[in-house]
Amino acid sequence: MFIYTRPAYQFCQVVLQGYLDEQFYQLEELQDESSPNFVEEVVTLFFRDSSRLVANIDQALQKYPQDFRRLDNFMHQLKGSASSIGAAKMKNECTSFREFCNKENREGCLRSFQKVKKEHAVLKQKLENYFQ
Amino acid sequence: MAVVAEAQFHVLAVDDSLMDRKLIERLLKTSSFQVTAVDSGSRALEVLGLSEGLTSSSAVSPAHNEIEVNLVITDYCMPGMTGYDLLKKIKGSSSLKDIPVVIMSSENVPSRINRCLEGGAEEFFLKPVQLSDMKRLRPHILKGKSKEQQPQEEETSSTSISSNKRKAMDEELSPERRRLKLSNYSLI
Repeated sequence: MFIYTRPAYQFCQVVLQGYLDEQFYQLEELQDESSPNFVEEVVTLFFRDSSRLVANIDQALQKYPQDFRRLDNFMHQLKGSASSIGAAKMKNECTSFREFCNKENREGCLRSFQKVKKEHAVLKQKLENYFQ
Repeated sequence: MAVVAEAQFHVLAVDDSLMDRKLIERLLKTSSFQVTAVDSGSRALEVLGLSEGLTSSSAVSPAHNEIEVNLVITDYCMPGMTGYDLLKKIKGSSSLKDIPVVIMSSENVPSRINRCLEGGAEEFFLKPVQLSDMKRLRPHILKGKSKEQQPQEEETSSTSISSNKRKAMDEELSPERRRLKLSNYSLI
């Protein structure tokens, strides 16, 4: 799919597809001459945080599969980051994961986490295009 | 940036997430606030001149460690000292208790919100914090400042206070939105 290169409407496509919501526009609005790379900086921080958290959750699911509190704690942070950047689909998957945690449903967590990772990967790809 | 003839207030932002700190800092600067952003409650207390080891009555610390802070905005969920813990420490300090505190959280938990408001927080912002939320900060700072000058001033909800400054600031606010911000973003 095609990403427009015009900065002001660059993200129309991806927002319309539901990957990002209005929060992303908010980030664009905060970018100006005094902070010309703001969006890129925030996105970079997001992927730094989220990659770390995804790895933590992966490890926790292997090593501490019954520690739902730990899993929920990591996912709470991941969901928060996703929310701050406007990553709507990913945020929804994070919410599902937390619901499974709440019910202490390990299988549900594992399935849900695959979806979180998938949304994360798709988002990464789309945002890489944005900054080219 | 906007050039306005109004005092530049200093906000202390507290959040353990680097990403969220960057965001809140940008939001505040865009809204003409001076910002200090720290990553923990204990660091915030240092900036405020209230170190952990001191009791609240002996809060005076060397001048080099103190910066005048007009408002504290803090995340709720932080490791170690939570935003609520920080709130209580500030409100429990004779030198700091009049500094308005706003709590932010990504979770909309009514009991949490009430607890914070009852603990002395001025407002509770739901994350992600919006540019429009920044307009709600100045009234709290001004209320605090006028309290310093007139200790008799009644502490009621801001919409009933009829000073010219407050009216100008509060124009856009409706009473029901003051205490609880609800997320209005739809998720597809």
